[in-house]
Amino acid sequence: MAGLELLSDQGYRVDGRRAGELRKIQARMGVFAQADGSAYIEQGNTKALAVVYGPHEMRGSRSRALPDRALVNCQYSMATFSTGERKRRPHGDRKACEMGLQLRQTFEAAILTQLYPRSQIDIYVQVLQADGGNYAACVNAATLAVLDAGIPMRDFVCACSAGFVDGTALADLSHVEEAAGGPQVALALLPASGQLALLEMDARLHEDHLQQVLEAASQAARDVHALLDRVVRQHVREAALLLGD
Amino acid sequence: MASEESEACDCSALPPLSPIHLQRLDGRQTYDYRNIKISFGTDYGCCIVELGKTRVLGQVSCELVSPKLNRATEGILFFNLELSQMAAPGFEPGRQSDLLVKLNRLLERCLRNSKCIDTESLCVVAGEKYALEERDPVPLSIHHMPICVSFAFFQQGTYLLVDPNEREERVMDGLLVIAMNKHREICTVQSSGGIMLLQDQVLRCSKIAGVKVAEITELIQKALENDRRVRKEGGKFGFAESIANQRITAFKMEKAPVDTSDVEEKAEEIIAEADPPSEAVSKPVLWTPGTAQIGEGIESSWGDLEEEDEEDEGGSDEVTILDSVKMETEDQNVGNHIGDDTPIVLSDSEEDEIIILEPGENPKKTRTQANCQQGKVPSKKAIRKKKQQPAD
Repeated sequence: MAGLELLSDQGYRVDGRRAGELRKIQARMGVFAQADGSAYIEQGNTKALAVVYGPHEMRGSRSRALPDRALVNCQYSMATFSTGERKRRPHGDRKACEMGLQLRQTFEAAILTQLYPRSQIDIYVQVLQADGGNYAACVNAATLAVLDAGIPMRDFVCACSAGFVDGTALADLSHVEEAAGGPQVALALLPASGQLALLEMDARLHEDHLQQVLEAASQAARDVHALLDRVVRQHVREAALLLGD
Repeated sequence: MASEESEACDCSALPPLSPIHLQRLDGRQTYDYRNIKISFGTDYGCCIVELGKTRVLGQVSCELVSPKLNRATEGILFFNLELSQMAAPGFEPGRQSDLLVKLNRLLERCLRNSKCIDTESLCVVAGEKYALEERDPVPLSIHHMPICVSFAFFQQGTYLLVDPNEREERVMDGLLVIAMNKHREICTVQSSGGIMLLQDQVLRCSKIAGVKVAEITELIQKALENDRRVRKEGGKFGFAESIANQRITAFKMEKAPVDTSDVEEKAEEIIAEADPPSEAVSKPVLWTPGTAQIGEGIESSWGDLEEEDEEDEGGSDEVTILDSVKMETEDQNVGNHIGDDTPIVLSDSEEDEIIILEPGENPKKTRTQANCQQGKVPSKKAIRKKKQQPAD
């Protein structure tokens, strides 16, 4: 992959997108009947599925229940067929644990946990096909699932990844662009207030370019928000039709 | 928790993040780092770093393996972090997995993804294997040194502290870790703990990190230089040497700057207001051959817990009590031999507290008797008496 040009002279990326362009996002809510909330999202070739159970009573150790708010429990796993080479350990490895912790941190900040003391909200996310932007797809799917479950949140949580190549910030990286080894930022944003629920960056990026990359990622997250908003409204409209007015 | 929070940074009603007036629990300013000490071990690749009271041991080791199939020209790097149970009471096997995962991943991302170590230089030409003794060790080729700086946020991002210590971390809202190298390239950014950050906060933190990283990198270079020099000159090195000058032992006090500008005034004030010392008693009292008592010890304050009312009376007339003691001691000694019906246990154990009710005695005197008991050199005839509640 040595000669791969991530950004051509005309400003086109490997898959023909422009620097600030997102991949095609399609999402559906309510894909599982038995879960309280579920959602499926496709961001380009990355496909993620999220399922939410809750709020319900604490399972397992009652002692872990928090007296004033709900406990958010997140699990992240990748299907064994999700990557180019078969994944031998879908859960339990350190990356998956870290992702779970990051998802929990993101959603604990966004969900109004004070409304459900001593209960538990479970969020399970599975990546069915990983083509870059795993964390972002998981967060977006989980947001939709939480909304589908009817759990109140402060705001949408929209996430997107961004990179930096040849002085330009790229939004929504695909696997090829991630594997090239350049700097990557994963960012989860609450669009209304512009607050960052989570910020994670890898690989070397000069400090002067940090602002540019953060801007690109924030703008991309806002674009994702517009799309997710549309999906939710569409879903509600359909549900209302089915229930009959 | 709320009181702890307000203690962690002594906040006055000033605009937030004004560094000059805020002072932390350990006396640092908002942007101050704790002291960093670096000691190297005897073998190459072994090092202990102290950041304030946090201590970490790092060790590099290597072995020859065949490379991964899809990366035939690169070596393999493994990072592993362990939280030993000796390090903190909360570190138990199997219980600290969250923190462990976070730290391990942070290490991995900071050091692996930023490509600070040249993995291609780890590749050894096939067919040439050298034992450690045969060849001089070659230092790892390192492109750059990423250094992590942590920022703690309080009260929804209003207050920021650089390099929080354990107590500050317990009450913080969230933590932001930025790893940078001295060329001002950011290697890793990680926010944790669920705080909501704003973009300009992150940018500001990265600027602070740049300054800190430059200082720390210089310190590391100096330490490496020193160690190299000592080894070349044949001097002594390693952890054993560090014990002598108290560099890696835990029980030591840091030098702290003390403001002595108004010491004289304060001292004079205190002297002026203080009571004159009580008269010294020079006459010794002989209890038994070989046991004498000169003067009376300080009034014991253990009785404060049980006899709050008696405290004032007991403390004020030290001089008069002394006389009564001399009178009482003979009686008390006689009492030993007569044998009251109360049990007398001869033991030096402090745990065996026995309440001996001696009829007709003033509780106050009982207390002073107990005092003079403690003033004696412990002898076999000593009876430890528990402080008696006023029986009447």
